[in-house]
Amino acid sequence: MSTQSTAANPSVSDEVMIQMVGVNKWYGQFHVLKDIDLTVNTGERIVVCGPSGSGKSTMIRCINRLEEHQKGKIVVDGIELTHDLKHIEKIRREVGMVFQHFNLFPHLTVLENLTLSPIWVKKVPKREAEEVAMHFLERVKIPEQAAKYPGQLSGGQQQRVAIARSLCMNPKVMLFDEPTSALDPEMIKEVLDVMIGLAESGMTMICVTHEMGFARTVANRVIFMDRGEIIEQNEPEEFFNNPTSERTRLFLSQILHH
Amino acid sequence: MAMAQGTPENGVANGHSHHHVAFWRDERKRGLAAQLVVILAILAFGWYLIANLLANQERLGIPLGLDFLENVAGFQLSFAVLPVTLESPIGRLLVVGGLNTLVAAFFSAIIATFVGLLIGIMRLSHNWLISRIAATYIEIIRNIPLLLQLVFWYGGVLVTLPRPRDSLSAFDLVYLNIKGLFMPRPVPEPGAGIVLIAFVAAIGIAIGVARWARQRQMATGQQFATVPVNFAIVIGLPTFAYLLLGRPIAWDVPQPGAFNFTGGVTILPEMTALIIGLGLSTAAYVAEIVRSGINSVSHGQTEAALALGLKPRWCMRLVILPQALRVMIPPMISQYLNVVKNSTLAGFIGYPDLFSIIGTSQNQTGRAVECVMILMLFYLSVSLIISVIMNWYNKRVMLVER
Amino acid sequence: MTDTTNQGFAPGTRPDLPPPVSESGVIGWLRHNLFSSWWDTLLTLGAIYLIYLIVPPFVTWAFLDATWNFVPEVLSGEKSPQISDCTSGGACWIFVRARFGQFFYGFYPDAERWRVNIVLILLVASIYGLLAERVKNKQPIAWFFFLIFPILAFVLLYGGFGLEVVPTQQWGGFMLTLIISGIGIVFSLPIGILLALGRRSQLPVVHLLCTLFIEFARGVPLITILFMANVMLPLFLPPGVEFNILVRILIGVTLFASAYMAEVIRGGLQALPKGQYEGAMAMGLGYWQMMRLIIMPQALRVAIPSIVNNFISLAQDTTLVAIVGLYDFLNIVRAGSRDSNWIGTEIEGYVFCGVVYWAFCFAMSRYSMHLERKLHTGHKR
Ligand SMILES: Nc1ncnc2c1ncn2[C@@H]1O[C@H](COP(=O)(O)OP(=O)(O)OP(=O)(O)O)[C@@H](O)[C@H]1O
Ligand SMILES: [Mg+2]
Repeated sequence: MSTQSTAANPSVSDEVMIQMVGVNKWYGQFHVLKDIDLTVNTGERIVVCGPSGSGKSTMIRCINRLEEHQKGKIVVDGIELTHDLKHIEKIRREVGMVFQHFNLFPHLTVLENLTLSPIWVKKVPKREAEEVAMHFLERVKIPEQAAKYPGQLSGGQQQRVAIARSLCMNPKVMLFDEPTSALDPEMIKEVLDVMIGLAESGMTMICVTHEMGFARTVANRVIFMDRGEIIEQNEPEEFFNNPTSERTRLFLSQILHH
Repeated sequence: MAMAQGTPENGVANGHSHHHVAFWRDERKRGLAAQLVVILAILAFGWYLIANLLANQERLGIPLGLDFLENVAGFQLSFAVLPVTLESPIGRLLVVGGLNTLVAAFFSAIIATFVGLLIGIMRLSHNWLISRIAATYIEIIRNIPLLLQLVFWYGGVLVTLPRPRDSLSAFDLVYLNIKGLFMPRPVPEPGAGIVLIAFVAAIGIAIGVARWARQRQMATGQQFATVPVNFAIVIGLPTFAYLLLGRPIAWDVPQPGAFNFTGGVTILPEMTALIIGLGLSTAAYVAEIVRSGINSVSHGQTEAALALGLKPRWCMRLVILPQALRVMIPPMISQYLNVVKNSTLAGFIGYPDLFSIIGTSQNQTGRAVECVMILMLFYLSVSLIISVIMNWYNKRVMLVER
Repeated sequence: MTDTTNQGFAPGTRPDLPPPVSESGVIGWLRHNLFSSWWDTLLTLGAIYLIYLIVPPFVTWAFLDATWNFVPEVLSGEKSPQISDCTSGGACWIFVRARFGQFFYGFYPDAERWRVNIVLILLVASIYGLLAERVKNKQPIAWFFFLIFPILAFVLLYGGFGLEVVPTQQWGGFMLTLIISGIGIVFSLPIGILLALGRRSQLPVVHLLCTLFIEFARGVPLITILFMANVMLPLFLPPGVEFNILVRILIGVTLFASAYMAEVIRGGLQALPKGQYEGAMAMGLGYWQMMRLIIMPQALRVAIPSIVNNFISLAQDTTLVAIVGLYDFLNIVRAGSRDSNWIGTEIEGYVFCGVVYWAFCFAMSRYSMHLERKLHTGHKR
């Protein structure tokens, strides 16, 4: 299949950011990830799609060790994920993650949500952390909500806060696990806009989503997973117009035509 | 009369401006009437009871009133927080009883909190064996009556302790035997006050250090090992003062006597059994509160905190605990309330708490009504105070939702 | 980068493999649950040591070294059993065997104990009938249980109608514990329902009275209510009228239990969506009809697990009736081990009593958990 053309997009470098080689994972007897091989270069934007239960979440959660893989190798920014807690901590500092259900800390204000990790992990002075936080809140267009509690915000606003919270750690990679699927239609756009902005700034992103419009405009590569395997990966244009696998075609017809 | 007016809605709906609704069909009036009937019934019933009471008191020759509190009680207490003698009035004994209850409840609550915390954390452990041990403890305690546990400790375990001659001892300072737990008692000598002041000062300094560390972290981002440093200060400073002043606190160490130990502090087996039994029993409930409190914080919170790079320790302290505490505090407070209420079982194992003293006083004076009233008043005020605090706290920590 | 066809598999054809041995089966389980790190291993070893400290000595005492059988002289009737028959150094279970009848029936005459047995069999059978899913038509059982059974049980236990009267002073043991907690829970149910409705009532007087009563009964310890029933209640009765002590205690226990019952039912009522009330009112039902037909059946269903839990606590709290001199299960065991023939059997008595209580309460709490789970899955559908 097609080789990823870095020339097509100047912001993608040859530097490898994430490398997964022969990754396997089991839940009990259940084989969730089968021989996953995936290389992500710095600046690449990858969209992962596939039917429910195919292992998309599990795969990206292995990247920051929210799930532990049992076979194979995962290297992030030159650091291999092993049982070494130091490595895990380092990787988690460089990888930001946005969840389907936001997972904001309800007992902290928006600003405190954003500054928590910079203060305690990066040991940044509070003032500085707050300045950075306000900067990112402006970038996600809700600086006026800083003093509120998450429970007082709308879903779209909460998800934007969650994105800003990850950005405050200055991550090299952002992982998104269905960031818009818990949102009402009118809120999806405001979150996608933020993500598009992020992509334009050159952030390396892996995004599990079924927003195919987003995939077309932003992704360098679309990956289709089924039953724990990567079935197909290609540039969006090719992927949508000429899927090679029967399963991909079936899946696309299902999500595009209803 | 009440029948003279229908509700305006009725009037309009029926198109008759002077339509009258019979009062038993008017909801509001029916409610009023029902309440009136209830009030009258209660008044009549109360009046009947009080008439019976007065007649009975008259017949038995027992007056009503609190004057008996000044009578000499004439019975001894095996343990008293304040000094009492055979000549002490009943009133004083009741005060002592109330304090005895609160003292026993206080120590039981401390044991319950710490053991409960430990068991609760064990219950949450990833280690299967540790978690099973905690679960077994909880299931055993919760399915066996508290009274059985108390008499087991008192009559089953503590009586198997050796006699004074063969006491168990730790470093010849602390002795344990069938007659109780004997510990050294500090006897202040000149200069002891300074050690005490040093101790208080150390706590003050420790608080200051904690504040300073917090402020410095906020200002510069640097973290500080507050816990070990403060631990050293609180232990070190008084010790230093103690040594510097030439050990101004003597210890009255229990000495083996003819029948038993003399000197030192004695904790009677009754109290030991009550505190241990009540504390360990309540600990099982505390453990369940801890477990469900921590489990009530969704796993997504932990994941988000870890994904942000927080270490598991910080994740617990900054994200999980603050949220779990809100859930845990109200049931914890009602457990403390239960400790106070359950301490009434003290009488069964011979510890003189308020209830058993009142029982004896009632027996001697026959003043049933007054005794019951005092008893109820005591427990109700404790309940009331605790639930006022609880509601206040609950309002304060409630999460802000839209 | 090309498609991922390493190891010769076409995309989408990789088979499900079993996990590596170190991850599955006994080894994987041990590694994950007991030895996942050195700290974990340390904890496991500590736990094993703790178990070693407690379990073997207990097993030796309770089983291996225990005395289970009477000595021949006792069996042939030459002497009565006593503590000195126990020479093996372990638990003296012959104490429990010798006293078993008393522990169970109290001082109920030997010749009449069949009456207790019948009541118990009827009780178990009808509770099974009420709770088992297999029994479909519960209506007649409910009528029997709530109307006929109490009268029948009373006549059988107390006497009359040709049966010899057994005064309540002779009731005791496990039977008395069951009677007190059973009556407490059965009578507290209707009172609790009324109190719960009263607390939610719009009528301020009714609301206030019910709230006061509930908060009062929940604010004081049960033992003070028993004390009140014992020493104060007689003073409020007209001169000459006297209640049996058991009746007074039952009144106290029932009132106490009904306050807790009321809160449980109030919880059930609050769990119902407002639409249920609105729906019922829109159908034109009156207040009592709505409560009886629509609201209460649902609220009670939600409340059943908590009612079972209430019953468990009540059965445990029943031990407190010893304060007024009744011989419930625990008290009679305690009295038994104070007998001069049995000095030194306290631990055996308490362990026996504890095991019986534990089995009884544990089974019920599991049942209530099972109900709760069923309820939750039922609601999700
Ligand atoms: N903790 C777990 N224990 C056991 N099985 C799990 C666990 N988490 C996920 N699974 C199973 O693993 C498979 C893959 O789950 P995963 O969440 O990765 O799917 P997904 O592709 O993200 O699906 P979706 O689109 O629904 O989010 C599913 O079949 C799921 O049931
Ligand atoms: Mg998913």
